[in-house]
Amino acid sequence: MHPVRKQRLIIVLCVVLFSSAAVGLMAYALRGNINLFFPPAEVAAGKAPVGQPIRVGGMVVEGSVQRSEDSLHVRFEVTDYQARVPIVYEGILPDLFGEGQGAVAAGVLDDQGVLQATEVLAKHDENYMPPEVAEALEKSKAQMKGANMTKGQGE
Amino acid sequence: MWSFFHKLGSPPWLYRISGSILRWLLPLTLIALCAGAVWGLFYTAPDFRQGNSYRIIYIHVPAAVVALAGYYVMAIAGAVSLIWKMKMADVAMKACAPVGAALTFIALVTGAIWGKPTWGTWWVWDARITSMLILLFLYLGVIALYEAFDNKEAAGKACAVLTLVGTVNIPIIYKSVDWWYSLHQPASIKFTGESSIDPSMLYPLLLMIGSFYALFTCALLMNMRLEILRRESRTGWVRKLVGA
Repeated sequence: MHPVRKQRLIIVLCVVLFSSAAVGLMAYALRGNINLFFPPAEVAAGKAPVGQPIRVGGMVVEGSVQRSEDSLHVRFEVTDYQARVPIVYEGILPDLFGEGQGAVAAGVLDDQGVLQATEVLAKHDENYMPPEVAEALEKSKAQMKGANMTKGQGE
Repeated sequence: MWSFFHKLGSPPWLYRISGSILRWLLPLTLIALCAGAVWGLFYTAPDFRQGNSYRIIYIHVPAAVVALAGYYVMAIAGAVSLIWKMKMADVAMKACAPVGAALTFIALVTGAIWGKPTWGTWWVWDARITSMLILLFLYLGVIALYEAFDNKEAAGKACAVLTLVGTVNIPIIYKSVDWWYSLHQPASIKFTGESSIDPSMLYPLLLMIGSFYALFTCALLMNMRLEILRRESRTGWVRKLVGA
């Protein structure tokens, strides 16, 4: 390669490398702020600020959703399978909100450790399948569970 | 190999060859796009949780994927024009920017439209969406920077440096959903291991991604041809071409 071109190639590579390093360090310094939400484990560890607007995200605990009969008031818990955070919210929940599904709630943590949410968003996962496939999957899971149970009883 | 590289640097040759490529690639692209869209929108099953609203994936994902890949095309063209001072690489870089900006815009808009019924919000400042917005600004920045210079050689140089600096954003966009907690879900199509999207939904999606790549190529070549004619308007071969 022509020496002038070689030099220019090295300059180009340096530009890319140094800018990447700069942005990488920036992202590293801001890593806490880039996260959209706190997982429940960090809230339980006291890493989330109390009395300031934050977001908490996790899976909605099965059987934890309690809806009020005469208002839009709802109470549920989210978990990351290490800790749980109770959330109260008044308003319309997104269509995809449900037990065992991901959700992100924005609000303020009170002194009891309950998130007073002003907004609840559903976080859906990366799985896409037709309803029949989902049903079949559910069935085979149930069968496996059933098989395990009968096996357990036999012992 | 090197002779091909040298030929690429010749405007009349590039104009001619791109014309003959477009003659078959353009109809093929349109057919594939229509086929993929009809397949995805009408002949796939609805999703078990999202119902029919997931079908916007057939526009959203291909637009986003090609918007990212297009940036690399622009950055490589920029690097080639900086290192080898190849005029046609400069043309390619300039031609990439509006196409990439349009695709990024489509990805952001369809994402917002998809987000409202599923997540419950049009917009959220999570890592994936914010870095995608930065990509749009990078593309728009390249267009604006190029137009800001009167001296087009200086403009090409400045834009090439900007595109090279911007390349760091592409892996950030790609990995943002794995590195940080975001509202956007992780990738469904996996290069290694089984994709978490059902094959009956995956095939039309892959067809759409392929079609969008072809569409990008067509738009890029057409843009480049226009720019070549503009730059070479005083030369003999262009005058002969238009019959003046």
